[in-house]
Amino acid sequence: MKRELVCVACPLGCGITVELSDSGEVLSVTGNTCKRGEAYAHSECTNPTRSLTSTVKVTGSTLPVVPVKSAGPIPKGKLIDCAVALRDVTVKAPVKIGDVVVKDILGTGVDIVATNIAEVK
Amino acid sequence: MQNYDLVVIGGGPAGMAAALKAAECGVESIVVLERAETLGGILEQCIHTGFGLHYFGEELSGPEYASRFIELFKDTNIDIKLDTMVINVEPDEGKNIITAVSKAEGLVDYCAKAVILAMGCRERPRGALNIAGTRPAGIMTAGTAQKYVNIDGYMPGKKVVILGSGDIGLIMARRMTFEGAEVKVVCELMPYSSGLQRNIVQCLEDFNIPLRLSCTVIKIHGKDHLEGVTIANVDENRRPIMETAEYIECDTLLLSVGLIPENELSRSAGLQIDNITSGPIVNQDRETEFRGIFACGNVLHVHDLVDYVTGESQIAGAGAAKYIKGLADNDPEYINTKGINGVRYIVPQRINLNGDEDVKLYFRVGQVYRKANVKVTCGDVVISNKKKPKLAPGEMENVVIKQEQYKDFDRNSEIVIEIVEG
Amino acid sequence: MVYDVAIVGAGVIGSLIARELSKFNLKTVLVEKCNDVAQGTTKANSAIVHAGYDAIPGTLKAKLNVEGSHMMSSVCDDLSVPYKKTGSLVVAFSKEQMKTLEELLERGRKNRVPQLEIIGKERLLEIEPNVNKDAYGALFAPTAAIVCPYELCIAATENAVSNGVELVRNFEVKSIDFENGEFTLNSDKDSIKAKYVINAAGVFADTLAGMIGDNSFSITPRKGEYVLLDKSMAGVVSRVIFQCPTKMGKGSLITPTVDNNVLIGPTSVDVEDKDDLATTDEGTSFVQKQVALSVPEFRIRNIITSFSGLRAHSNTDDFVIGQSEANPHFINVAGIESPGLSAAPAIAKYVEKILLSLIGEQEIKADFDPLREKPVRFREMSPAERREIIKKNPAYGRIICRCETVTEGEIIDAIKAPAGARDVDGVKRRTRSGMGRCQGGFCGSKVVAIISRECGIPLEEITKFGGESTMLIGRTK
Repeated sequence: MKRELVCVACPLGCGITVELSDSGEVLSVTGNTCKRGEAYAHSECTNPTRSLTSTVKVTGSTLPVVPVKSAGPIPKGKLIDCAVALRDVTVKAPVKIGDVVVKDILGTGVDIVATNIAEVK
Repeated sequence: MQNYDLVVIGGGPAGMAAALKAAECGVESIVVLERAETLGGILEQCIHTGFGLHYFGEELSGPEYASRFIELFKDTNIDIKLDTMVINVEPDEGKNIITAVSKAEGLVDYCAKAVILAMGCRERPRGALNIAGTRPAGIMTAGTAQKYVNIDGYMPGKKVVILGSGDIGLIMARRMTFEGAEVKVVCELMPYSSGLQRNIVQCLEDFNIPLRLSCTVIKIHGKDHLEGVTIANVDENRRPIMETAEYIECDTLLLSVGLIPENELSRSAGLQIDNITSGPIVNQDRETEFRGIFACGNVLHVHDLVDYVTGESQIAGAGAAKYIKGLADNDPEYINTKGINGVRYIVPQRINLNGDEDVKLYFRVGQVYRKANVKVTCGDVVISNKKKPKLAPGEMENVVIKQEQYKDFDRNSEIVIEIVEG
Repeated sequence: MVYDVAIVGAGVIGSLIARELSKFNLKTVLVEKCNDVAQGTTKANSAIVHAGYDAIPGTLKAKLNVEGSHMMSSVCDDLSVPYKKTGSLVVAFSKEQMKTLEELLERGRKNRVPQLEIIGKERLLEIEPNVNKDAYGALFAPTAAIVCPYELCIAATENAVSNGVELVRNFEVKSIDFENGEFTLNSDKDSIKAKYVINAAGVFADTLAGMIGDNSFSITPRKGEYVLLDKSMAGVVSRVIFQCPTKMGKGSLITPTVDNNVLIGPTSVDVEDKDDLATTDEGTSFVQKQVALSVPEFRIRNIITSFSGLRAHSNTDDFVIGQSEANPHFINVAGIESPGLSAAPAIAKYVEKILLSLIGEQEIKADFDPLREKPVRFREMSPAERREIIKKNPAYGRIICRCETVTEGEIIDAIKAPAGARDVDGVKRRTRSGMGRCQGGFCGSKVVAIISRECGIPLEEITKFGGESTMLIGRTK
């Protein structure tokens, strides 16, 4: 079985063709222009993941919210659940870039970290 | 009057990279004039990742990408004036006058040997589209919505239609979905999306948001607040096919229908503007036709990757430094670059053949090509002819012309880039 | 409390009447159903002060147009509202149309319009080089002018309020009672009592008159669609250019605006719904095609926006101004379609006279001030003036709208002014913030934040133009 993918690993958006066995094993990856593309193809066909970006509420700051991202990839199927979970998270200023906002979100093993500063009001 | 060697207008990714590069090249008195209350420009509201893969080799969010540069300012003596709006640029070689206003300092004239224009771009509004119907609340550009959601922490609505598949529109489709809104459809007038493929995959397809190509909004409904839109497919002349008209209930219409370089200052300064890029005409140092006035980033032409903006702005910063230190070529010999057969534009628009470095020409195509050749010629000389698996209007391409090649080009010729199919 | 006079409708007519009455020791209330003044016909029309040759001699339209046109410049002066005497041209494209111009000239003379003349092709092309070279000639009316109608309305209301008139917004009159010589105007929630009512309700004037049993006239909303072009088109014409009226209609006009944009339009279509302000593809393309006849070289580029307005067309074909037959204390000021804006200052005087004939001559208050101070306009200032004003108030040093160079100080002024702005469109009409080529893309969210801060209203309650037109639904989290 063949699967056509658009690589999302970087903005180049290479078209990748993946050949899969009947049991879903990756047999070959073509069309990628870098190693990341190959890794993406494997992951997309076996355990698709995405990074999550959103904001969380911050108190005591000049800003109402501070942007966050997942420190690593999250299983695609859990993206929305994680985004929903972030709606109830509040952090206190000051926040620095890289501060862990949620540890191991929804048992994915991935932390949510701040991607901007939030200074104290 | 405040005197500087270099005034940089705009503290977004372009202005920051240009100022830092100029400082690195030895320019001692630099000021960055930024209208917002922080450096970073539009990156501050672009909280999604995808920035920095080329430049830093890692995937960063907009604020993280910006912060890498903001941090670098701490080790320089570059002056930064925030909350400061430039209202006029008066070119005068070697002593240009830049007028700015701010709450803190009032109206200030800056006198600068060199100026870097880095004002970025703005989004095309609804009026320019002239959609029929009412004028209710609930219609805004995708970027305005992005600011409301990501900076102010407010939601514009719950049921969303997006017109235009530019990257900001695609990114906002996902963003609004994460915040609990239902994005009903993204309509794109053209038969292809102007956004990056990866954004179509991870912002639309991942969430089963339909992308309708050759489709547009033909009517707005709702008296006070938006209640719905009528969408319809368009024919090859982009005229709506009325039989396909369909009403979609929504409370928010986001527009992502193009970006326009912000060149009011450049125009009033008398700079010549390229009709296609809507930015000034520049040489390989990103110097405009006025000596000592440079332009870089989205004010010059709209980029799809901030990494490219950074690279281009460093060229402008280095060029400005060369000019300020009196090292610039005083007798440039220019030939023009010209895009034909599918190449919409090329930046830089002209090349000084006495340059001492290789030149990278950036260009965009006007339609989607598969397996086509990018052919670069100068007169009868074929400089390169490379096969590309795919070319799309949404993705900026580039070709390099080596210094040892161009130094001997005929002074009366032009450099032509074209697409050869098949 | 019982007011002496209640004026219903804060359009340019109601506001100018309010201003006239504010001279006297009368308790006057100006009642408006919207969140701001100038929300009906006033905000969307051709913005022209007609010279007065168009109306049929002997009609109220003819009389008040010529008078109003004459008064307009000093009224605008008093109120610090931009007024430009550009002159107008009615262009003829055939011998037959030249005859029509003769008729218009004759009508104009009967209406006592000054300085009217018919000019030949050569002179026409000399003064308006972009006009169609096939033109035969034109009727030149040097006294025609352009104004900003909503600014006139806003300024008149401000001046009236400064002189003691009360403005009540968001009050839609749903019924009227009359008892013991007093009217009670009822909205869904509230009521206002007054001895005299002036009906300046625009396209709804017949509905309002109907509430006291006056069915002597009816108003048909007649839609006109317009297209507004960017300032880069400025200079394509320097006068108002009309087309010679034919059996097919009045044609379309092209005119500079006081803000240096170019306005083209209008269409003319009777509609049923008095709230129908939707633009149509047919309308915008009709206007563009029509204008191409006058100025053929002119390519429609740089459209900023299109909009439509409703003319209040009366079945009597003339202005309906006077005491109602159903109740002599109820004064109709209805059917104010073109040349209504031109006539507006004269209409206000005319209504004042009618009222005084009922209540007796009134003395002018000692503290009455007919002048309205010009708001700060940063974009019009010299560098020295700019320096000075920022020193006085640093808020003038923060530019919020970059397309039109509008400062935070001006926006705060617009909110704090008598009868000040309460919504985004209100700020826009008073300051031009958001009116430029980016149409509020950059300043919109900043304006919302400033209104919220200055008025103490949460962000999610800020509207575009009152009612349900909120900009945001609430916090993300």
